[in-house]
Amino acid sequence: MKPFGGPVLFLDRSDINTDEIIPAKYLTEISKEALKPHLLEDLKLDGFDPVRDLKGKAAIVTRKNFGCGSSREHAPWALEVNGIFLVVAENFARIFRQNMFNCGMLAIELPAETIDELFKIFSSGETRVEVDFPNDRLTFSNGNTKKTYSYLLSPFDKTLVKAGGWVEYADAKY
Amino acid sequence: MGKTIAEKIFDAHEVDRPFPDVRVLRLDRVFCHEITTPTAIDDLIRRGKDRVFDPEKIKAVIDHVSPAKDEKTALQGKILRDWVRRHGIKDFFDIGSNGVCHALFPEKGFIRPGFTVIMGDSHTCTYGAFGAFAAGVGTTDLEVGILKGVCAFRTPQTIRINVHGNLRPGVFAKDIILGIIGKIGVNGATDRVIEFHGPVIRTLSMESRMTLCNMAVEAGATSGICQPDETTVEYLWPFLKGEYFSKQKALEDFSQWKSDPDAEYETVIDFDVSALEPLVTFGYKPDQVKPVREMEGTKVDQVYIGSCTNGRYEDLEVAASVLKGKKIHPHVRGILAPATPEVYRKALETGILKIFLDAGFCVTNPTCGACLGMSNGVLAPGEVCASTTNRNFNGRMGKGGMIHLMSPATAAATAIAGVITNSSLYTR
Repeated sequence: MKPFGGPVLFLDRSDINTDEIIPAKYLTEISKEALKPHLLEDLKLDGFDPVRDLKGKAAIVTRKNFGCGSSREHAPWALEVNGIFLVVAENFARIFRQNMFNCGMLAIELPAETIDELFKIFSSGETRVEVDFPNDRLTFSNGNTKKTYSYLLSPFDKTLVKAGGWVEYADAKY
Repeated sequence: MGKTIAEKIFDAHEVDRPFPDVRVLRLDRVFCHEITTPTAIDDLIRRGKDRVFDPEKIKAVIDHVSPAKDEKTALQGKILRDWVRRHGIKDFFDIGSNGVCHALFPEKGFIRPGFTVIMGDSHTCTYGAFGAFAAGVGTTDLEVGILKGVCAFRTPQTIRINVHGNLRPGVFAKDIILGIIGKIGVNGATDRVIEFHGPVIRTLSMESRMTLCNMAVEAGATSGICQPDETTVEYLWPFLKGEYFSKQKALEDFSQWKSDPDAEYETVIDFDVSALEPLVTFGYKPDQVKPVREMEGTKVDQVYIGSCTNGRYEDLEVAASVLKGKKIHPHVRGILAPATPEVYRKALETGILKIFLDAGFCVTNPTCGACLGMSNGVLAPGEVCASTTNRNFNGRMGKGGMIHLMSPATAAATAIAGVITNSSLYTR
């Protein structure tokens, strides 16, 4: 299983699409590593600087419909090669969400009020998140502030994360 | 209790239900292109699993960047080409026979009502026009599809959209789907199937139904589905002749893939087209939609007609009816990419290509190219493109470029005027 948790990047926008996560012109790359410098380079978000803001981050917290648009698995791969294995959002586009779990990564959905609260309490300063995978809990901390939230994950999603992805699971079973 | 179309297809294809909310389906078709498949092939080789579940059910095409523009795209093509030869995949479409996947594969008769289809491409939902369950997937799902012929889906909820009223002149399937996306939003059908019903859908050609279903994913839908009917049978008849005694028999068989009258829908939406005007997008999301009238006068640098949304013969025919005998604005670069060789050939024979050429358009070979900014008409920063494609995302056709999505009729009128314009200006 991948190591989940670490410094958090907050992206205060809904509908961040896969073209923004990794532009199509990089889809000609065969190696995942080549995607690394281009993560979120076309993100339309005031004040966002990918080089400065992505440095050292291990998780993203964002709003609604993250990963909408193209089916490109290059989007989770671009996150993966940058060490970001966890995205927390109000909800995800279906294909992106499935791609995350198929790669053994975590796409966690929390209610709108909780996401609002996370932005309010944790989006300024340096925030970290810890993942308690067996108990379905996330703990955010920033200075002396610390809060724990429960999340729901289907047994299938959990199985994929534990198995390290869908290929091995399906080949053994079907 | 009755069933929706997706529920019927799921029931007929289920091979496993590993968890209550997860259905593993047997796949009738796995389609492949050169952008998302090579990584899957590469991974299968690395895992020592370079096999395919059934070479007859796998179809492949090089379409996104064709002809190859550099060494990297040439290598992607080569990996796919070598793989289809190695595994005896006969239905492979390369230079000379290739076209935009979602226009080409239906034209070849590869889709049937009731089929399950996946492809590593989000616009796979296009095939729902035939009453199929077709979903775009990522590379890992594609890889498992290639290897085992299965894919896992969460049990889908269905949104039913009843489209009724009378379409006004100059309003097309593209305007209907832009209107629907504008109404429900880019997140409005996430993880849902959309069933399109109503008298308007019944009058639409298969090409128009494909335009409609193609953009279901822009509202987040897994698949957009139309019920199979006489129009479906008529379109598929050249491929069905050997399988059915008559069109009537085919229609009877296909009717098993209609939803039941008492099917349970998550939501039912009524969409009246009587007052619908030609629409255009204005921002960076496909749900940012306005009547063309409110955007009139917006200057454009390029007009692009093509793609899996609007690059079929019917689209070219409509655009040509606007362009006939006119010249495009001297500041506009007009690009036409017929979606398939068949579309190209027919437009050549009927004189439609000549209308485009006489108007000042450049006609390219069939390819996805400019739609996703990979080749064939990439924008410079600050440039504006009027486009018949499906996505106006920031940077999609080139960093710093702006895309306005519209119908082929509106795009043709815009090419003549040099600014966004209603096609009625030229067709009156």
